[in-house]
Amino acid sequence: MADKITNKEVLFNPLSKNNPVVVQILGICSVLAVTAKLEPAIVMGVSVIAVLAFANVIISLLRNTIPTNIRIIVQLVVVAGLVVIVDQVLKAYAYDASKQLSVFIGLIITNCILMGRLEAFAMANKPWPSFLDGVGNGIGYAIILIIVGFFRELFGSGTLLGYQVVPQSFYDAGYVNNGLMILPPMALILVACIIWVQRSVNKDLQED
Amino acid sequence: MNKQSNTYTIIYIIVLVVVVGTALAATSLALRGRQQENINADKMGQILSAALITPDKGNVVAEFDRYITRSFVVNERGETLEGVKAFDIDVASQSKLAADRRQLPVYVCTTADGAEKYILPVYGAGLWGPIWGYVAFDSDGSTVYGAYFAHQGETPGLGAEIEKPAFSSQFEGKQVFKDGRFRPIAVVKAGQQPLNGEDYVDGISGGTITSKGVGAMLDNCLTPYKKFLQSLAQPAAAAD
Repeated sequence: MADKITNKEVLFNPLSKNNPVVVQILGICSVLAVTAKLEPAIVMGVSVIAVLAFANVIISLLRNTIPTNIRIIVQLVVVAGLVVIVDQVLKAYAYDASKQLSVFIGLIITNCILMGRLEAFAMANKPWPSFLDGVGNGIGYAIILIIVGFFRELFGSGTLLGYQVVPQSFYDAGYVNNGLMILPPMALILVACIIWVQRSVNKDLQED
Repeated sequence: MNKQSNTYTIIYIIVLVVVVGTALAATSLALRGRQQENINADKMGQILSAALITPDKGNVVAEFDRYITRSFVVNERGETLEGVKAFDIDVASQSKLAADRRQLPVYVCTTADGAEKYILPVYGAGLWGPIWGYVAFDSDGSTVYGAYFAHQGETPGLGAEIEKPAFSSQFEGKQVFKDGRFRPIAVVKAGQQPLNGEDYVDGISGGTITSKGVGAMLDNCLTPYKKFLQSLAQPAAAAD
Protein backbone atom coordinates (compact mmCIF):
# COMPACT_ATOMS: atom_id res chain seq x y z
CA MET A 1 0.00 0.00 0.00
CA ALA A 2 1.28 3.46 -0.84
CA ASP A 3 2.52 5.62 2.02
CA LYS A 4 0.18 8.48 1.35
CA ILE A 5 -3.28 7.89 -0.12
CA THR A 6 -5.07 10.98 -1.37
CA ASN A 7 -8.67 11.68 -0.46
CA LYS A 8 -9.63 11.13 -4.08
CA GLU A 9 -8.21 7.64 -4.04
CA VAL A 10 -9.94 6.95 -0.73
CA LEU A 11 -13.26 7.80 -2.36
CA PHE A 12 -12.82 6.19 -5.76
CA ASN A 13 -10.67 3.12 -5.16
CA PRO A 14 -13.54 1.11 -3.61
CA LEU A 15 -15.66 1.71 -6.70
CA SER A 16 -13.60 -0.61 -8.84
CA LYS A 17 -9.97 -1.44 -8.00
CA ASN A 18 -10.70 -2.23 -4.37
CA ASN A 19 -14.44 -2.93 -4.54
CA PRO A 20 -15.66 -4.44 -1.28
CA VAL A 21 -17.90 -7.00 -2.97
CA VAL A 22 -16.11 -8.17 -6.09
CA VAL A 23 -12.49 -7.68 -4.98
CA GLN A 24 -12.60 -8.12 -1.22
CA ILE A 25 -15.60 -10.54 -1.50
CA LEU A 26 -17.36 -9.04 1.53
CA GLY A 27 -21.09 -8.74 2.13
CA ILE A 28 -22.01 -11.51 -0.33
CA CYS A 29 -24.97 -12.83 1.67
CA SER A 30 -26.97 -9.62 1.42
CA VAL A 31 -26.19 -9.45 -2.32
CA LEU A 32 -27.91 -12.82 -2.69
CA ALA A 33 -30.85 -11.88 -0.54
CA VAL A 34 -31.99 -8.44 -1.59
CA THR A 35 -31.29 -8.31 -5.34
CA ALA A 36 -34.24 -10.25 -6.77
CA LYS A 37 -35.80 -6.85 -7.51
CA LEU A 38 -34.10 -3.55 -8.29
CA GLU A 39 -35.96 -1.39 -5.77
CA PRO A 40 -34.93 -3.17 -2.56
CA ALA A 41 -31.40 -3.38 -3.96
CA ILE A 42 -31.31 0.42 -4.30
CA VAL A 43 -32.82 0.98 -0.84
CA MET A 44 -30.34 -1.47 0.67
CA GLY A 45 -27.44 0.23 -1.14
CA VAL A 46 -28.47 3.68 0.10
CA SER A 47 -28.93 2.36 3.65
CA VAL A 48 -25.45 0.83 3.67
CA ILE A 49 -23.91 4.07 2.31
CA ALA A 50 -25.60 6.08 5.08
CA VAL A 51 -24.72 3.69 7.89
CA LEU A 52 -21.13 3.18 6.72
CA ALA A 53 -20.41 6.89 6.20
CA PHE A 54 -21.81 7.96 9.58
CA ALA A 55 -20.31 5.03 11.48
CA ASN A 56 -16.91 5.82 9.96
CA VAL A 57 -17.17 9.49 10.98
CA ILE A 58 -18.34 8.71 14.52
CA ILE A 59 -15.65 6.08 15.11
CA SER A 60 -13.03 8.36 13.60
CA LEU A 61 -14.05 11.19 15.96
CA LEU A 62 -13.91 8.82 18.93
CA ARG A 63 -10.79 6.96 17.79
CA ASN A 64 -8.41 8.55 20.31
CA THR A 65 -10.73 7.99 23.26
CA ILE A 66 -11.82 4.40 22.64
CA PRO A 67 -10.25 1.96 25.11
CA THR A 68 -8.42 -0.64 22.98
CA ASN A 69 -9.80 -3.68 24.76
CA ILE A 70 -13.44 -2.80 24.01
CA ARG A 71 -13.03 -1.16 20.61
CA ILE A 72 -14.97 -3.85 18.73
CA ILE A 73 -17.86 -3.49 21.21
CA VAL A 74 -17.85 0.28 20.76
CA GLN A 75 -17.89 -0.14 16.98
CA LEU A 76 -20.77 -2.60 17.22
CA VAL A 77 -22.80 -0.30 19.48
CA VAL A 78 -22.37 2.61 17.07
CA VAL A 79 -23.23 0.50 14.00
CA ALA A 80 -26.19 -1.15 15.71
CA GLY A 81 -27.56 2.22 16.81
CA LEU A 82 -27.30 3.63 13.28
CA VAL A 83 -28.86 0.54 11.72
CA VAL A 84 -31.85 0.67 14.06
CA ILE A 85 -32.35 4.34 13.19
CA VAL A 86 -32.21 3.54 9.45
CA ASP A 87 -34.68 0.70 9.99
CA GLN A 88 -37.09 3.01 11.83
CA VAL A 89 -36.82 5.67 9.12
CA LEU A 90 -37.53 3.10 6.39
CA LYS A 91 -40.56 1.79 8.30
CA ALA A 92 -41.88 5.33 8.44
CA TYR A 93 -41.09 6.51 4.92
CA ALA A 94 -40.54 3.43 2.71
CA TYR A 95 -42.76 0.79 4.29
CA ASP A 96 -43.02 -1.55 1.29
CA ALA A 97 -39.28 -1.60 0.71
CA SER A 98 -38.68 -2.16 4.41
CA LYS A 99 -41.12 -5.09 4.34
CA GLN A 100 -39.25 -6.66 1.42
CA LEU A 101 -35.85 -6.10 3.04
CA SER A 102 -37.19 -7.34 6.40
CA VAL A 103 -34.32 -8.75 8.43
CA PHE A 104 -31.60 -7.72 6.02
CA ILE A 105 -31.56 -4.11 7.21
CA GLY A 106 -30.93 -5.43 10.71
CA LEU A 107 -28.25 -7.69 9.32
CA ILE A 108 -26.29 -4.67 8.05
CA ILE A 109 -24.86 -4.77 11.59
CA THR A 110 -23.09 -7.99 10.78
CA ASN A 111 -22.11 -6.96 7.27
CA CYS A 112 -18.37 -7.56 7.14
CA ILE A 113 -17.82 -4.41 5.06
CA LEU A 114 -18.78 -2.23 8.02
CA MET A 115 -16.62 -3.82 10.67
CA GLY A 116 -13.81 -4.11 8.14
CA ARG A 117 -13.83 -0.41 7.28
CA LEU A 118 -14.23 0.74 10.87
CA GLU A 119 -11.37 -1.40 12.11
CA ALA A 120 -9.06 -0.89 9.15
CA PHE A 121 -9.69 2.74 8.28
CA ALA A 122 -11.74 4.82 10.70
CA MET A 123 -9.71 3.76 13.76
CA ALA A 124 -6.59 5.24 12.15
CA ASN A 125 -7.75 8.21 10.09
CA LYS A 126 -9.26 11.67 10.49
CA PRO A 127 -13.07 12.16 10.14
CA TRP A 128 -13.11 13.63 6.60
CA PRO A 129 -11.08 10.86 4.90
CA SER A 130 -13.11 8.36 6.96
CA PHE A 131 -16.33 9.86 5.66
CA LEU A 132 -15.05 9.59 2.07
CA ASP A 133 -13.94 6.02 2.71
CA GLY A 134 -17.40 5.17 4.04
CA VAL A 135 -19.18 6.77 1.11
CA GLY A 136 -16.77 5.17 -1.38
CA ASN A 137 -17.16 1.67 0.02
CA GLY A 138 -20.90 2.11 0.39
CA ILE A 139 -21.18 3.15 -3.25
CA GLY A 140 -18.90 0.30 -4.29
CA TYR A 141 -21.30 -2.09 -2.55
CA ALA A 142 -24.41 -0.36 -3.90
CA ILE A 143 -23.14 -0.47 -7.50
CA ILE A 144 -22.78 -4.25 -7.42
CA LEU A 145 -26.20 -4.60 -5.77
CA ILE A 146 -27.79 -2.44 -8.45
CA ILE A 147 -26.08 -4.24 -11.35
CA VAL A 148 -27.12 -7.63 -9.99
CA GLY A 149 -30.63 -6.37 -9.15
CA PHE A 150 -31.01 -4.88 -12.63
CA PHE A 151 -30.26 -8.14 -14.44
CA ARG A 152 -32.21 -10.33 -12.02
CA GLU A 153 -35.35 -8.23 -12.23
CA LEU A 154 -35.07 -7.72 -15.99
CA PHE A 155 -34.64 -11.39 -16.87
CA GLY A 156 -36.46 -12.87 -13.88
CA SER A 157 -39.62 -10.76 -13.90
CA GLY A 158 -39.42 -8.77 -17.15
CA THR A 159 -39.81 -5.56 -15.15
CA LEU A 160 -37.58 -2.76 -13.83
CA LEU A 161 -38.57 -1.00 -10.59
CA GLY A 162 -41.93 -2.71 -11.01
CA TYR A 163 -42.60 -1.31 -14.51
CA GLN A 164 -43.04 -3.78 -17.34
CA VAL A 165 -40.15 -3.36 -19.78
CA VAL A 166 -40.29 -6.61 -21.72
CA PRO A 167 -43.12 -5.95 -24.19
CA GLN A 168 -46.12 -8.26 -24.35
CA SER A 169 -45.28 -9.14 -27.97
CA PHE A 170 -42.15 -10.95 -26.71
CA TYR A 171 -44.29 -13.13 -24.45
CA ASP A 172 -46.73 -13.75 -27.29
CA ALA A 173 -43.79 -14.88 -29.40
CA GLY A 174 -42.90 -17.48 -26.78
CA TYR A 175 -40.46 -15.60 -24.52
CA VAL A 176 -40.56 -16.78 -20.90
CA ASN A 177 -39.18 -15.10 -17.79
CA ASN A 178 -36.23 -16.99 -16.36
CA GLY A 179 -37.42 -18.27 -12.99
CA LEU A 180 -33.89 -19.18 -11.94
CA MET A 181 -33.01 -15.46 -11.95
CA ILE A 182 -35.29 -14.92 -8.96
CA LEU A 183 -33.53 -17.59 -6.90
CA PRO A 184 -30.35 -16.90 -4.90
CA PRO A 185 -27.94 -19.06 -6.96
CA MET A 186 -28.29 -16.71 -9.92
CA ALA A 187 -27.07 -13.81 -7.78
CA LEU A 188 -23.86 -15.73 -7.10
CA ILE A 189 -23.45 -16.52 -10.79
CA LEU A 190 -23.97 -12.85 -11.70
CA VAL A 191 -21.49 -11.71 -9.04
CA ALA A 192 -19.03 -14.23 -10.44
CA CYS A 193 -19.57 -12.83 -13.95
CA ILE A 194 -18.90 -9.30 -12.67
CA ILE A 195 -15.72 -10.52 -10.97
CA TRP A 196 -14.68 -12.22 -14.21
CA VAL A 197 -15.26 -9.08 -16.30
CA GLN A 198 -13.53 -6.89 -13.74
CA ARG A 199 -10.45 -9.07 -13.48
CA SER A 200 -10.04 -9.32 -17.24
CA VAL A 201 -10.14 -5.52 -17.45
CA ASN A 202 -7.83 -4.90 -14.46
CA LYS A 203 -4.87 -7.20 -15.08
CA ASP A 204 -3.22 -6.29 -11.77
CA LEU A 205 -6.11 -7.90 -9.84
CA GLN A 206 -5.43 -11.28 -11.39
CA GLU A 207 -3.89 -13.83 -9.08
CA ASP A 208 -1.31 -16.37 -10.21
CA MET B 1 -5.59 9.70 32.17
CA ASN B 2 -5.03 5.98 31.84
CA LYS B 3 -7.24 4.83 29.01
CA GLN B 4 -6.61 1.16 29.72
CA SER B 5 -7.91 1.31 33.29
CA ASN B 6 -11.07 -0.54 34.22
CA THR B 7 -12.75 2.59 35.55
CA TYR B 8 -12.22 4.45 32.27
CA THR B 9 -13.49 1.51 30.24
CA ILE B 10 -16.62 1.10 32.34
CA ILE B 11 -17.47 4.80 32.39
CA TYR B 12 -16.81 5.02 28.64
CA ILE B 13 -19.18 2.21 27.76
CA ILE B 14 -21.89 3.48 30.13
CA VAL B 15 -21.79 6.96 28.59
CA LEU B 16 -21.80 5.49 25.07
CA VAL B 17 -24.77 3.23 25.76
CA VAL B 18 -26.76 6.06 27.38
CA VAL B 19 -26.10 8.37 24.41
CA VAL B 20 -27.01 5.71 21.82
CA GLY B 21 -30.04 4.65 23.85
CA THR B 22 -31.31 8.22 24.04
CA ALA B 23 -30.86 8.68 20.30
CA LEU B 24 -32.80 5.49 19.57
CA ALA B 25 -35.61 6.37 21.94
CA ALA B 26 -35.92 9.82 20.38
CA THR B 27 -36.04 8.37 16.84
CA SER B 28 -38.61 5.82 17.83
CA LEU B 29 -40.86 8.42 19.47
CA ALA B 30 -40.54 10.81 16.56
CA LEU B 31 -41.44 8.23 13.91
CA ARG B 32 -44.01 6.09 15.71
CA GLY B 33 -47.06 7.92 14.33
CA ARG B 34 -46.05 7.48 10.72
CA GLN B 35 -45.05 3.86 11.24
CA GLN B 36 -48.41 3.04 12.78
CA GLU B 37 -50.18 4.64 9.80
CA ASN B 38 -48.16 2.45 7.45
CA ILE B 39 -48.92 -0.67 9.47
CA ASN B 40 -52.64 0.17 9.50
CA ALA B 41 -52.67 0.86 5.76
CA ASP B 42 -50.92 -2.46 5.16
CA LYS B 43 -53.53 -4.30 7.24
CA MET B 44 -56.34 -2.53 5.37
CA GLY B 45 -54.77 -3.60 2.07
CA GLN B 46 -54.69 -7.21 3.27
CA ILE B 47 -58.34 -7.11 4.33
CA LEU B 48 -59.35 -5.72 0.95
CA SER B 49 -57.29 -8.41 -0.83
CA ALA B 50 -59.47 -11.08 0.79
CA ALA B 51 -62.49 -9.47 -0.88
CA LEU B 52 -60.56 -9.58 -4.18
CA ILE B 53 -60.05 -5.81 -4.26
CA THR B 54 -56.51 -4.59 -4.98
CA PRO B 55 -56.29 -0.91 -4.07
CA ASP B 56 -53.62 1.36 -5.52
CA LYS B 57 -50.72 2.15 -3.25
CA GLY B 58 -51.24 5.41 -1.38
CA ASN B 59 -54.96 5.05 -1.87
CA VAL B 60 -55.52 2.18 0.53
CA VAL B 61 -57.15 4.08 3.39
CA ALA B 62 -59.68 5.78 1.11
CA GLU B 63 -60.54 2.50 -0.64
CA PHE B 64 -60.87 0.75 2.72
CA ASP B 65 -63.32 3.40 3.94
CA ARG B 66 -65.28 3.08 0.73
CA TYR B 67 -65.62 -0.70 0.57
CA ILE B 68 -65.60 -1.73 4.23
CA THR B 69 -68.95 -0.24 5.14
CA ARG B 70 -69.04 -1.52 8.72
CA SER B 71 -67.14 -3.73 11.10
CA PHE B 72 -68.07 -5.25 14.43
CA VAL B 73 -66.99 -7.83 16.97
CA VAL B 74 -68.89 -11.00 17.83
CA ASN B 75 -68.35 -13.73 20.40
CA GLU B 76 -68.55 -17.46 19.98
CA ARG B 77 -72.33 -17.41 20.49
CA GLY B 78 -72.68 -15.06 17.54
CA GLU B 79 -73.70 -12.07 19.70
CA THR B 80 -72.34 -8.66 18.79
CA LEU B 81 -70.05 -7.19 21.45
CA GLU B 82 -70.37 -3.50 22.22
CA GLY B 83 -67.52 -1.12 22.96
CA VAL B 84 -64.74 -2.84 21.02
CA LYS B 85 -63.46 -1.87 17.60
CA ALA B 86 -62.81 -4.72 15.18
CA PHE B 87 -59.71 -3.07 13.75
CA ASP B 88 -58.02 -2.78 17.16
CA ILE B 89 -58.32 -6.45 18.05
CA ASP B 90 -55.08 -8.39 18.10
CA VAL B 91 -56.01 -11.58 16.26
CA ALA B 92 -52.70 -13.20 17.18
CA SER B 93 -53.40 -13.18 20.91
CA GLN B 94 -57.12 -13.93 20.48
CA SER B 95 -56.35 -17.06 18.46
CA LYS B 96 -54.55 -18.53 21.49
CA LEU B 97 -57.52 -18.12 23.86
CA ALA B 98 -60.21 -20.71 24.42
CA ALA B 99 -62.92 -20.37 21.76
CA ASP B 100 -65.61 -19.14 24.17
CA ARG B 101 -63.45 -16.27 25.46
CA ARG B 102 -62.41 -14.85 22.10
CA GLN B 103 -63.40 -11.54 20.60
CA LEU B 104 -64.00 -12.17 16.93
CA PRO B 105 -63.73 -9.28 14.46
CA VAL B 106 -65.93 -9.14 11.37
CA TYR B 107 -65.43 -6.70 8.49
CA VAL B 108 -68.34 -6.17 6.13
CA CYS B 109 -67.33 -5.29 2.62
CA THR B 110 -69.89 -3.93 0.16
CA THR B 111 -68.63 -4.73 -3.31
CA ALA B 112 -69.23 -2.66 -6.44
CA ASP B 113 -72.41 -4.62 -7.28
CA GLY B 114 -73.87 -4.03 -3.81
CA ALA B 115 -73.36 -7.54 -2.42
CA GLU B 116 -72.13 -7.84 1.17
CA LYS B 117 -69.08 -9.97 1.93
CA TYR B 118 -68.06 -10.91 5.45
CA ILE B 119 -64.30 -10.86 6.01
CA LEU B 120 -62.90 -12.85 8.95
CA PRO B 121 -59.28 -12.76 10.12
CA VAL B 122 -57.29 -15.96 10.75
CA TYR B 123 -53.93 -16.44 12.44
CA GLY B 124 -51.75 -19.51 12.96
CA ALA B 125 -48.30 -21.02 12.76
CA GLY B 126 -46.37 -22.15 9.70
CA LEU B 127 -43.02 -23.89 9.69
CA TRP B 128 -40.72 -21.00 10.63
CA GLY B 129 -43.02 -18.38 12.02
CA PRO B 130 -46.54 -16.99 12.08
CA ILE B 131 -48.91 -17.15 9.13
CA TRP B 132 -52.10 -15.14 8.91
CA GLY B 133 -54.78 -14.16 6.49
CA TYR B 134 -58.34 -13.06 5.84
CA VAL B 135 -61.20 -15.12 4.47
CA ALA B 136 -64.22 -13.45 2.86
CA PHE B 137 -67.61 -15.18 2.89
CA ASP B 138 -70.68 -14.56 0.77
CA SER B 139 -73.78 -13.43 2.63
CA ASP B 140 -75.01 -17.06 2.78
CA GLY B 141 -72.37 -17.55 5.51
CA SER B 142 -70.99 -20.65 3.83
CA THR B 143 -69.47 -19.91 0.43
CA VAL B 144 -65.93 -18.52 0.42
CA TYR B 145 -65.74 -15.44 -1.78
CA GLY B 146 -62.01 -14.91 -1.53
CA ALA B 147 -59.01 -15.48 0.67
CA TYR B 148 -55.72 -13.83 1.40
CA PHE B 149 -52.76 -15.40 3.19
CA ALA B 150 -49.44 -13.99 4.30
CA HIS B 151 -46.48 -15.25 6.25
CA GLN B 152 -43.49 -13.90 8.06
CA GLY B 153 -40.69 -16.14 6.88
CA GLU B 154 -41.80 -19.37 5.21
CA THR B 155 -39.38 -21.01 2.79
CA PRO B 156 -39.36 -19.11 -0.53
CA GLY B 157 -40.68 -21.24 -3.37
CA LEU B 158 -42.21 -23.79 -0.98
CA GLY B 159 -44.22 -22.70 2.07
CA ALA B 160 -44.08 -19.08 0.98
CA GLU B 161 -46.30 -19.98 -1.98
CA ILE B 162 -49.35 -19.66 0.28
CA GLU B 163 -49.29 -15.93 -0.34
CA LYS B 164 -49.62 -16.43 -4.11
CA PRO B 165 -53.04 -16.15 -5.75
CA ALA B 166 -52.43 -19.63 -7.22
CA PHE B 167 -52.95 -21.00 -3.72
CA SER B 168 -55.46 -18.59 -2.22
CA SER B 169 -57.75 -18.55 -5.28
CA GLN B 170 -58.40 -22.27 -4.77
CA PHE B 171 -60.58 -21.32 -1.80
CA GLU B 172 -63.07 -19.37 -3.88
CA GLY B 173 -66.45 -21.06 -4.02
CA LYS B 174 -65.71 -23.63 -1.32
CA GLN B 175 -68.40 -24.28 1.31
CA VAL B 176 -67.84 -24.45 5.07
CA PHE B 177 -71.34 -25.83 5.73
CA LYS B 178 -71.75 -29.25 4.17
CA ASP B 179 -74.95 -31.28 4.73
CA GLY B 180 -75.79 -28.94 7.59
CA ARG B 181 -72.51 -29.55 9.37
CA PHE B 182 -69.80 -26.97 9.87
CA ARG B 183 -66.38 -28.00 8.61
CA PRO B 184 -63.71 -25.45 7.75
CA ILE B 185 -61.95 -26.12 4.49
CA ALA B 186 -59.21 -28.74 4.67
CA VAL B 187 -55.80 -28.43 3.06
CA VAL B 188 -54.67 -31.82 1.80
CA LYS B 189 -51.85 -33.28 -0.23
CA ALA B 190 -52.57 -32.85 -3.92
CA GLY B 191 -54.55 -35.83 -5.24
CA GLN B 192 -55.88 -36.88 -1.84
CA GLN B 193 -59.25 -36.23 -0.25
CA PRO B 194 -60.11 -35.51 3.36
CA LEU B 195 -61.78 -38.37 5.27
CA ASN B 196 -64.85 -36.46 6.40
CA GLY B 197 -65.91 -35.31 2.95
CA GLU B 198 -65.50 -31.61 3.65
CA ASP B 199 -64.48 -29.16 0.95
CA TYR B 200 -60.73 -29.09 0.43
CA VAL B 201 -57.94 -27.42 -1.48
CA ASP B 202 -54.59 -28.80 -2.57
CA GLY B 203 -51.64 -28.10 -0.33
CA ILE B 204 -48.24 -27.07 -1.63
CA SER B 205 -45.76 -29.76 -2.62
CA GLY B 206 -42.65 -29.35 -0.49
CA GLY B 207 -44.51 -27.02 1.83
CA THR B 208 -46.26 -29.72 3.84
CA ILE B 209 -45.92 -28.17 7.27
CA THR B 210 -46.98 -24.73 6.07
CA SER B 211 -49.95 -26.27 4.25
CA LYS B 212 -50.97 -28.17 7.38
CA GLY B 213 -50.52 -24.91 9.28
CA VAL B 214 -53.04 -23.23 6.98
CA GLY B 215 -55.52 -26.06 7.56
CA ALA B 216 -55.05 -25.90 11.34
CA MET B 217 -55.31 -22.10 11.26
CA LEU B 218 -58.65 -22.24 9.41
CA ASP B 219 -59.89 -24.87 11.81
CA ASN B 220 -58.89 -22.93 14.91
CA CYS B 221 -59.92 -19.47 13.78
CA LEU B 222 -63.08 -20.12 11.74
CA THR B 223 -64.77 -22.64 14.07
CA PRO B 224 -65.61 -19.97 16.72
CA TYR B 225 -67.50 -18.09 13.98
CA LYS B 226 -69.82 -21.06 13.43
CA LYS B 227 -72.85 -19.50 15.18
CA PHE B 228 -72.26 -16.17 13.50
CA LEU B 229 -72.04 -17.71 10.05
CA GLN B 230 -75.17 -19.78 10.77
CA SER B 231 -77.02 -16.61 11.71
CA LEU B 232 -76.09 -15.18 8.30
CA ALA B 233 -77.47 -18.27 6.63
CA GLN B 234 -80.78 -18.26 8.56
CA PRO B 235 -82.71 -15.59 6.61
CA ALA B 236 -81.72 -17.29 3.39
CA ALA B 237 -82.89 -20.64 4.72
CA ALA B 238 -86.24 -19.18 5.79
CA ALA B 239 -86.82 -17.78 2.33
CA ASP B 240 -86.36 -21.16 0.64
